[in-house]
Amino acid sequence: MKIHEYQAKQLLARYGIAVPEGRVATSVDQAVSAWRELKSPLCVVKAQIHAGGRGKAGGVKLVKSEDECRAAAEAILGKKLITHQTGPGGQLVRTLWVEKGSAIAKEYYLGIALDRELRRPVVMMSSEGGMDIEEVAAQHPEKIVKCAFSPTKGLQVFEVQKLVRGVRMSPGLEPQAVPLVQALAKMYVDLDLSIAEINPLIVTKDNKVMALDGKINFDGNALFRHPEVLPMRDLHEEDAKEIEASKFDLSYIALDGNIGCMVNGAGLAMATMDVIELYGAAPANFLDVGGGATAEKVTAAFQILLSDTKVEGVLINIFGGIMKCDTIALGVIEAVKKVNLNVPLVVRLEGTNVELGKKLLAESKLPIVAANDLDDAAQKICKAVAGKK
Amino acid sequence: MSIYVDKNTKVICQGFTGKTGTFHSEQAIAYGTKMVGGVNPAKAGMQHLGLPVFGSCKEAREKTGCNATVIYVPPPSAAEAILEAIDAGIELIVTITEGIPVIDMIKVVERLADKNCKSRLIGPNCPGVITPGECKIGIMPGYIHKQGRVGVVSRSGTLTYEAVWQLTSRGIGQSTCVGIGGDPVNGTNFVDVLTAFNQDKDTDAIVMIGEIGGNAEERAAEYIAKHVKKPMVGFIAGQTAPPGRRMGHAGAIISGGQGSAADKIKALEVAGVRMTKSPSRLGETMEQALKDAGLLERARAVQLA
Repeated sequence: MKIHEYQAKQLLARYGIAVPEGRVATSVDQAVSAWRELKSPLCVVKAQIHAGGRGKAGGVKLVKSEDECRAAAEAILGKKLITHQTGPGGQLVRTLWVEKGSAIAKEYYLGIALDRELRRPVVMMSSEGGMDIEEVAAQHPEKIVKCAFSPTKGLQVFEVQKLVRGVRMSPGLEPQAVPLVQALAKMYVDLDLSIAEINPLIVTKDNKVMALDGKINFDGNALFRHPEVLPMRDLHEEDAKEIEASKFDLSYIALDGNIGCMVNGAGLAMATMDVIELYGAAPANFLDVGGGATAEKVTAAFQILLSDTKVEGVLINIFGGIMKCDTIALGVIEAVKKVNLNVPLVVRLEGTNVELGKKLLAESKLPIVAANDLDDAAQKICKAVAGKK
Repeated sequence: MSIYVDKNTKVICQGFTGKTGTFHSEQAIAYGTKMVGGVNPAKAGMQHLGLPVFGSCKEAREKTGCNATVIYVPPPSAAEAILEAIDAGIELIVTITEGIPVIDMIKVVERLADKNCKSRLIGPNCPGVITPGECKIGIMPGYIHKQGRVGVVSRSGTLTYEAVWQLTSRGIGQSTCVGIGGDPVNGTNFVDVLTAFNQDKDTDAIVMIGEIGGNAEERAAEYIAKHVKKPMVGFIAGQTAPPGRRMGHAGAIISGGQGSAADKIKALEVAGVRMTKSPSRLGETMEQALKDAGLLERARAVQLA
C-alpha cells in the first residue's frame, strides 16, 4: 500500500525525524491559509499523488508571496499530472502539501528496501541526493553505500557511522544523522514497510539534517497488524477495476492491450499474457481468479474484464486440478449468460474432467470457442480479434 | 528415486482441523501419503480424519516420529507455526500459506540459517512437494503426476501442473516436483533443489520454471553452468509484465531495473538450459532433450507402482 508524501512525513515526524513544517490543502483557500499560518518568506506547494517525477511535471512550485501561493495552488489543484510513473493518462491532483522552504546546503539519498538475495532489509545512502536511486545505481554504483540489517537486532551505531562517513557527510552532523537512520530502520521494521525512502535527505545552511521528501510503502500482507495506517489509503490513486477485483479476492492488473484474460494461478496468468503476445496480440490485463474459481468469481471477473473498453476478445485459461473442469465450465456458462458477452471468447480447459467440461461448453450453444492447449487458445483469440478489424 | 520426500516420510499437518487443512489432508491420505497426525492446541487429544490431534509440534514429533510437516495456518500466525516446527526439530517444513508478512519471513530465514537448525523450509506461498506414487505434501492434484525420472522445480503452482501434465501425457514421469513458492523471501531456493536433483541418481533431467522478480534464476544459471550436466528445460513467466507492478505473487515484480524475464532467459540459455517461448512446449521440449541424450526410453519405462 502506498501513501502520500504528507502522510509519510507525518509518520517520519512521529519517529523523531525532522521534516519541514507544513499544511495539507484540498482547496486554493486552504493553500492560502497555509501560507499565512506558516509565516515563511519562502514556501513550497507540492502536488500529492502516488507517483514520482512530480517536480518535472510541474507539480512542485516555490512561492514567495500569498499571491504566488494562490496562483500555484490554482495551477496544480485539479490538474492531471503526467509523470514517468503515472502512465499517459496522468493522475488528478486532489490534495496539496504546502511547507516552509528550506535553505539547502547539501542533498543526500537515504532509503531502505528488501534485499532479496541477502533476505534482509538493506539501508542505502548516496551523496547523489534528489536523483533516482536506480539511475545512480546504473551510472555511479560506487556512490551508493549499503548495509543490510537484521530486523531482530536492528541497526548498530557503528554500522550507521560507516554509512554516513561513506557518503562523506561532515562528522559534526553525525549526532543528528545516526539516530535519524536508526529511526528509519526501526520504523521500517515496526510498521512492516516495503519501501522507506527519503530523497532528498538534506543538510540545511544552518546545519540541520532533515527529510525534504518521503516515500513510504507498506507490505500489504502485514496491514492486519497496523489498523492505524489503513485510513491513509487513498482509493482515488488506485485503478477502479483493481479495487473492484480485490473485493472478490481476484488479483487484477490493468494493462494496455486488447485481449482480456482470465486464468487460475499467478504464474499461469503471466504465461498466458506472454503467449498472447507471442502470437501477435497484447493482453489487456493480468487476472488471477485463484484456486477456487467459483461461478460467482468467474462472473465478477467477467464484469471487470469487460468494463475495460479496450477489450476486443477474451481468453479463459484454467488448469482444473482440485477444482474440476466441469464445475469451471458451468461457472463460465452461467457468467456468459449473465454478462451479455459481445466479444469473441476462447476457453481452454485442462485437467480433471476436461472432456465433461468441454462437452458442457459445446452443448451450451453459446458462442464459445474451445481450445486444446494454451498455444491453440492464444492463436484462436488473436485470429478472432484480428478478423473483426 | 526422489528428493526430500518418499514413501517413508511421516507427515503431520499444522492447521489440520481447519477447512483447507482438512480438505488437503484427506487428499493426501487418499494419495497414500503417510499422514500421522496434526496439530491444534485447542483440540489436543481429539481425533480428526482418524488421526490424533496434538497440542504442539514437539508433542507430535515425540509421539509419531514425524519428519515432515505441512502448514495451512493463516498468514498472521503462519511464521510462528514455522518457528514451532523448527524448534521441534522437524526436518522438512512445507508451508502452503500465502500472504505471510515479509518481516516475519526474514525472521524465519534468520532462524533457518542458525547452524543448529536442521530443518528445511519449502515455501511459503507454494503448492508443496510431491514424489509421485509415494508422498504428496501440498495442494497439487495428485493424479496428474506419474512416477519417473524427470525432476520439476518451479516458483508457480498451476504453471507447474501445466508442465507436469504435459510430461505425464507423453508418458514421461517425474522423480519429484518441488514448488518453491512465489514470495520474495522463501526457504528452499532453485539452487538448493537443483543441487539435490543433480545429486539424485534417479533424476535424469530437470524442468525449471521461473518468473520475473529477484535474481534466483540468475543464481541458478551460475550453478547450472558449473555443475549440472543433466538435460534441462526451462520457462520464465512474465515476459510481458510491466516493471514496477506485482503480478499476483508477492515476489513477481521487476524493480530497480532488476528481475526482468529477458535477463533470466538469457542467463539460463547461456548456462545450457533449453528455454521455451511458450509453456505449452515444455513437454515436447523435454521429450526432445531426453531423446537427444538417449534417455527417453528409460524415462518412459517407469510404470506407476
